[in-house]
Amino acid sequence: MQQKTTNQKAWFLVLPVLILVAFSAVIPLMTVVNYSVQDTFGNNQFFWAGLEWFQEMLSDERMWNALQRQLMFSGIILAIEVPLGIFVALNMPKSGFWSSFCLVVMSLPLLIPWNVVGTIWQIFGRVDIGLLGYTLEALGIDYNYTQNTISAWITIIVMDVWHWTSLVALLAFAGLKSIPDAYYQAARIDQANRWKVFRFIELPKMMGVLMIAILLRFMDSFMIYTEPFVVTGGGPGNATTLLSIDLVKMALGQFDLGPAAAFSLMYFLVILLISWVFYTVMVNLDKKGM
Amino acid sequence: MARITLDNLAHSYNPNPGSEADFALKELNYDWEDGEAYALLGSSGCGKSTLLNIISGLLMPSQGRILFDGKDVTHAPTAERNIAQVFQFPVVYDTMTVHDNLAFPLRNRGRDESYVAERVQEIARMIGMEDMLRKKARGLGADAKQKISLGRGMVRKDVNALLFDEPLTVIDPHMKWELRTQLKKLHHDFGHTMIYVTHDQTEALTFADKVVVMYDGRVVQIGTPEELFERPAHTFVGYFIGSPGMNVIPAKVVGTTAYINGSEVALGAGYGALDGKVEIGVRPEFARLTEGEGLPVKVRRVEDAGRHKIIRAEFFGQDINIIAGEDDPVRVDMNRVTFDAAKVNVYANDWRVTPESGEAA
Repeated sequence: MQQKTTNQKAWFLVLPVLILVAFSAVIPLMTVVNYSVQDTFGNNQFFWAGLEWFQEMLSDERMWNALQRQLMFSGIILAIEVPLGIFVALNMPKSGFWSSFCLVVMSLPLLIPWNVVGTIWQIFGRVDIGLLGYTLEALGIDYNYTQNTISAWITIIVMDVWHWTSLVALLAFAGLKSIPDAYYQAARIDQANRWKVFRFIELPKMMGVLMIAILLRFMDSFMIYTEPFVVTGGGPGNATTLLSIDLVKMALGQFDLGPAAAFSLMYFLVILLISWVFYTVMVNLDKKGM
Repeated sequence: MARITLDNLAHSYNPNPGSEADFALKELNYDWEDGEAYALLGSSGCGKSTLLNIISGLLMPSQGRILFDGKDVTHAPTAERNIAQVFQFPVVYDTMTVHDNLAFPLRNRGRDESYVAERVQEIARMIGMEDMLRKKARGLGADAKQKISLGRGMVRKDVNALLFDEPLTVIDPHMKWELRTQLKKLHHDFGHTMIYVTHDQTEALTFADKVVVMYDGRVVQIGTPEELFERPAHTFVGYFIGSPGMNVIPAKVVGTTAYINGSEVALGAGYGALDGKVEIGVRPEFARLTEGEGLPVKVRRVEDAGRHKIIRAEFFGQDINIIAGEDDPVRVDMNRVTFDAAKVNVYANDWRVTPESGEAA
């Protein structure tokens, strides 16, 4: 038997990564923790506040309302983007020129920066000069995203669907492409109808990529800031003030560093928790075979 | 069950086929008799699977007709043809239990549940999976999955034909024998018309009543295993069937004698004038290593295959194989070879020539 050698120098090999992670994530996060347990005054005077800010935030209706809006937003966009993405993927040409064409066209929205997407829709929806807003107005439909809550919500949801459905569609398409022809041939021999082909062949084979798509879309939409901020600025009133918009208002608008820090940490934990629950449930479903 | 007629059938994957080379399946006329077990044998890419997919309706032929019991089904969809097909790689519905997998084709045809349950039990017993019916199909091994595919193919009693597209490729060797035996038994018990595609000659010869040998998109011979062995219609059949394959030797044939490099070899029958490339074909089983008598050979290597020996030798600058029995002596001074005259076939341009007189009875 060979003696196991001890060589503590190996630690130096992981040091660069540790330093990188420390400066990019751990230390910034710790400053947030630092703010969240203290009251900050001018001249950098700090006073210990303990869990006071957390308690205050938890009893603050403002945060709960923002959370509620946020959950509603993520729920609605997932409910639209996932089925729509699958539908698009199922109807895309499977090969040839038009298949590549669809792929490129569908990737375009994914390449546009967030604030540009916001600006596009902000202008598109304007009643005075925007193509969409003007047309709706001309048709006699009461649409105004700066004054009407429903209009504002429809605008940011349609914008998100426009921006991100392609991602779900592309992932679903990749899942579909990996299904060997023999499966479809066997289904024809077994006289399975279109719905059964989808339910028993396509959906199970797409489950893996769909899981990733849903998780990505959930996390991203839960943290969304730029696009709705550019379009509605959180309004009218607080109607479209989602969690991150509210957080920025609190931290940078009002400069309430303590409560905002406590808010951030809870925000972070909620995303982590929901993603974990989601992932665990999906993986278990997958193991059991739906 | 049905008799399947192929009438002038051909297929090209090219929408505008020009020359004959564009055809993956060259023109073919044949009747598949009701209730027979056929094997479709050939190397990869010779058109076996194309032919199978045309019969099952997964592919529309570019030319010709297919008839089931005299009824034209060329343009009928797969579902109407009532065919069962098993593919090379196991296709199972992962999210269903084994039971639901087997029941799937019956349920899709609206059979009532009591009949379905009874049939599934029967099939499960046949493929030896009775104790796994409640399990999800996902996570089973490749051979269990392929057994489910076979089962799904057999669960319908009224199918016109059962088609198998190299179904045992992914199965372990010891399971292969078992499944093949079960298939044979199934054929014996129920008398389905079966067409079994394979590139494995053992599989083809042990499974089928009749073997259809394909080469380069063409059916080169249809016959019983014995016919394929004794009278290969094409040098490819001779080469492809048998282990090692038939020796094909260039020769000149006059009457009942063949001349190889001027040396005489007796033939079992007389032949007329032959055009083109003339060769004689002798199976290694019908060649014998001797001393003194016959034509000169140079033995290169002797392989002991257990029940027989394979002798690899050089014969007028060309390789030749000879099979000797387990107890036949092979000595250094044995440097001649003789052929069993009755078993020598003559080929012109790769096709077997029917003798003019005195075919060995």
